[in-house]
Amino acid sequence: MLNKNAPSIIFIAFLAVLKKLRSAFADLLPIILVIAFFQLVVIRQPLPDLGDVILGGLLVVVGLALFVEGLEMGLFPIGENMAHSLARKGSLFWLLCFGFALGFSTTVAEPALIAVANEAAEIAAQANLFESGQTSQKGYALGLRLSVAVSVGFAILLGVLRILKGWPLHYLILSGYGIVMLLTLFAPEEIIGIAYDAGGVTTSTVTVPLVAALGVGLAAIIKGRNPLIDGFGLIAFASLMPMIFVMGYGMLIF
Amino acid sequence: MDFLGDFSGILLATARDVLPIILLITVFQLFVLRQPIPHLKRVIVGGVYVVLGLALFLAGLDLSLFPLGKIMAAQLSDPEFLFGANHAASSADWTAYGWIYAFAALLGFSTTIAEPSLIAVAYKASEVSSGTVNQWGLRITVAIGVAFGVCLGTFRIVTGTPLYLYIMAGYLIVLIQTVFAPKNIVPLAYDSGGVTSSTVTVPLVAALGLGLSETVPGRNPALDGFGLIAFAVLFPIIAVMGYAQAAQWYAKRPKKSSPGGKI
Repeated sequence: MLNKNAPSIIFIAFLAVLKKLRSAFADLLPIILVIAFFQLVVIRQPLPDLGDVILGGLLVVVGLALFVEGLEMGLFPIGENMAHSLARKGSLFWLLCFGFALGFSTTVAEPALIAVANEAAEIAAQANLFESGQTSQKGYALGLRLSVAVSVGFAILLGVLRILKGWPLHYLILSGYGIVMLLTLFAPEEIIGIAYDAGGVTTSTVTVPLVAALGVGLAAIIKGRNPLIDGFGLIAFASLMPMIFVMGYGMLIF
Repeated sequence: MDFLGDFSGILLATARDVLPIILLITVFQLFVLRQPIPHLKRVIVGGVYVVLGLALFLAGLDLSLFPLGKIMAAQLSDPEFLFGANHAASSADWTAYGWIYAFAALLGFSTTIAEPSLIAVAYKASEVSSGTVNQWGLRITVAIGVAFGVCLGTFRIVTGTPLYLYIMAGYLIVLIQTVFAPKNIVPLAYDSGGVTSSTVTVPLVAALGLGLSETVPGRNPALDGFGLIAFAVLFPIIAVMGYAQAAQWYAKRPKKSSPGGKI
């Protein structure tokens, strides 16, 4: 029974990956068209390392398709399930713990964040912002990622608390941006661009679906909350907090 | 095989990155909820896919999207391309970089219009507004918002004006709009900012900014290279609230009898 089932699961999963590949290509088509137009019509110069770019592009598409399929097979159903069970359990402490852990763990594994943090560390090393060396560059990239991950964890915790208490979203968000502006005055110049970018970087493939599931699930279970009004807004917190925390990190290390 | 060696390193780092999620699920499922994990086999296969896919994606990123964004930014802002040969550019004249702005705007538009999470948000928005906010209308509005944002961001890099001024002005507009926009659209609008910056867009746009700040005379990648993504996050918020305001105004105008706040 078990042995018969195992290959069929893998086969079905394989078919699903193929389907994902097709939709991934469809998503990428507009970008490919724009790049091709500029290369062929405007710049009219050959791309250096065209082979590498095409190989890398294929890896990106295949990797993204596998990644999303894996998320939908395992992580998303479990995450939604757990959010529902915890909301029904009604323990504030565990809900807040779960919110924090969810934000932290999904952000640490976020592909876009890994890529941008490494790039930022390389740029900073080239500009001699810290003693050059492989270890400090890696440490800076890791520090960026960890401060973003902690901030997203904190953001989800706050967002869950907001849904439970029914606080209006815009007061919190707008005062958050007030803090961002205040910190901008004091933070070192080199960190500001990265800090502002960190907000957008965190909220992509892994974080958004799981966090949205948590928010809408919570708002659906609590009496007197509208899932469409109270369920949204967690992502807004998740893109606000990293700005504050990364600027704080920059003030610490520079 | 250099690539295989690199790849196994990336694979190992990826497995370490995914570890917190695995820990979170096991601890909460077994110790807090005290239930066995449902469909354990599917979950394990899915986990293997996640690690493998993430590693492939990161390997491909280093080969393609990052170099591509930087090379194209460098080619489009090359003085030889801008002014023809035998012209030494001494300082950055922002009017010369027309193709950069066009490229940035098109890149922002094309990556956003096909963005899966945006399609989901557009669907929810049309649901919440009982059809007043049109799905395609919203998607195009957000895509235009991102296009304008990235375009303005490249203009900022070329001119070298401080980032925080733009962002501050942007959030001031958001603040004013929040007061006047229909209340139920506000959380959705705030969320749509984060939703638009996807896994493919972010590296490409980040590389565009870094490449541009390397070639434009007088710019420093460490100071000016970042910030494009912040623009791509900010402008969809303004665009979505603006769209909802326009839709509300338009819906109210023909028949004056309908009460406000229907959106």
